[in-house]
Amino acid sequence: MSAVPNAWRDFATLGTATARTGLAARLDARALVLGTFAFILTVVSFDRYAVAGLLPLLAFPLLMAALADIDLRWVLRKVLLAAPFALMVGLFNPWFDQRVMLELAGVPITGGWVSLLAIVLRVVLTVAAAVVLVASVGLPQLCVALERLGLPRALATQLLLLQRYAVVLGGEAARMRLAHALRAGPKGRLTLSVYASLVGHLLLRATGRGQRIHQAMLARGFNGRLPTAPALPWRWVDSVFLLGCVAAFLLMRLAEPVPWLGQTLLKGMM
Amino acid sequence: MHMADALLSPTVGLGMWVASGVALGWSSRRVQRDERSHLVALMGVLGAFVFAAMMINFTIPGTGSSGHLGGGLLLAILLGPPAALIVMASVLAVQALLFADGGILALGANLFNLGVCTCLLAYPLIYRPLLARLGPHPSDRQLTAVIILTAVLGLQLGALGVVLQTWASGISSLPLRTFLWLMLPIHLAIGLMEGVATAALVLFIRRARSDLLPDLSPANEKAAGVAASFPKGVVVFLSAGALITAGALSWFASQNPDGLEWSIKRASGLPELAAGTSRPHELARHIQAQTAAFPDYAPLAAQAPAPESAQLATPGWPAVDGGTSTAGIVGSVVTLSLVSLLGWGLHWRRQRRRQP
Repeated sequence: MSAVPNAWRDFATLGTATARTGLAARLDARALVLGTFAFILTVVSFDRYAVAGLLPLLAFPLLMAALADIDLRWVLRKVLLAAPFALMVGLFNPWFDQRVMLELAGVPITGGWVSLLAIVLRVVLTVAAAVVLVASVGLPQLCVALERLGLPRALATQLLLLQRYAVVLGGEAARMRLAHALRAGPKGRLTLSVYASLVGHLLLRATGRGQRIHQAMLARGFNGRLPTAPALPWRWVDSVFLLGCVAAFLLMRLAEPVPWLGQTLLKGMM
Repeated sequence: MHMADALLSPTVGLGMWVASGVALGWSSRRVQRDERSHLVALMGVLGAFVFAAMMINFTIPGTGSSGHLGGGLLLAILLGPPAALIVMASVLAVQALLFADGGILALGANLFNLGVCTCLLAYPLIYRPLLARLGPHPSDRQLTAVIILTAVLGLQLGALGVVLQTWASGISSLPLRTFLWLMLPIHLAIGLMEGVATAALVLFIRRARSDLLPDLSPANEKAAGVAASFPKGVVVFLSAGALITAGALSWFASQNPDGLEWSIKRASGLPELAAGTSRPHELARHIQAQTAAFPDYAPLAAQAPAPESAQLATPGWPAVDGGTSTAGIVGSVVTLSLVSLLGWGLHWRRQRRRQP
């Protein structure tokens, strides 16, 4: 029907597919989290007109996806679905920023178009990095890693519970919507009173279910902490990975490899 | 509307992380001290409910468009502000991580705009006092009005947050005033719809299971007391935090020549304003000149005679030079081809390994 059920299926698989494959599975989730965060900080620290500087950074999500054995087409689909807001705001740049920045074969290119291109690149880079991180680690392990990095325990537990319940309740909401659509006919609208009743019943069933499950968890010895897979110790591979990432990002940020590459090539041709 | 990583500068992004982190730390301490043991179970399931409820839209009569639940205000009414903020944090984190809505760096800003503004500002400062004034048994109409008002004002605060963060980051060229004119009316409509949905739902719950609403059920005096005894200190603390954040943001914003200043310059036709004299500004320019990937462009204002910043402008903003920009473009094309080749190669390798 729409993109929502598709995203929902991804959501369900991402939560449950804890078996990590690929070389990324040998790394500590904390190293991946910190590396991704350093990457995103590097991306957003570039100047607003930086297009050339951002290009080599595209290699990071590509390599991470390869390390974690993730289909690139899936990542691309996620990126395309994401961030209409950033693009919408970015589309105003050519309108408001009309200084000519460079000329390409005689065609003047304004700062607005360059910064719009930079925003598109930022969207691709940041979204791809986040998507690849979650797909390579999985939400349960990600929560453990975040808690070990200082996330409050109440929030870590909340995230894990939310993910478990969301799969169930999301399915229920999708079935309710489908049931209403099937009964209401082609022009059937969901009026406010029907909406309140539908969603209200969903809420009542959800709280009832939550309380029953909580009772069952207490009966089995729940002490405010969900059992998770034992976390591995930090090893030297993780340090090497993280330091390598940071060094590469610093190099990309400070050394400007792209204009240098262009200059070298031009000199070679002349 | 969710703030995106692509529109944030690192200082604004990290600043909002700190602001939201403080609010989150305070909330999680409050929740861990809370004696209502079923709160944890209720929080998990209500977070999931907010998600699920966003999949069901109601039709707005006469417009053909549809609206859905926002979440923050409903959670605050059902759980109280601290627990509601934690649930909002988890919802936004899952949206950022699994649905790529928002982003990792933007999470702090989003939690501030959608969580703190509604749960820790609009709910205790608008909803609670108005409800207290109405007495223990407000009519359906009164309750609806209060909820809609709170939802609208909370979302307006959030939209203001989005505008200020985007403006302070300086990635977008939208002038502040234009952006405000775009965002606030849109969010007035969205807030109205969210308020209507929340009110309809709260009225339904009040008829079906009023014990779920601590504010509105006389049987639940103790829980109501917990919600009512929202400390005044928090409000003071949050206001102070907001002021400090705003001050820090405007300081950074003044270092970064942004869309607003540029548009003022263009509109007024004045040469460079006398902003380039302060020390941090000079430093920022120097760093920017050292690190900019397109160092070879010059704002028109800098090319115009500007006696005060002439020495500064010469090394920092050289005039357009065809040679270096060609090098930049050639380098970009080559880099893009290399990266594409890398992606294609990795994809091909994966496909080949998949086939037995």
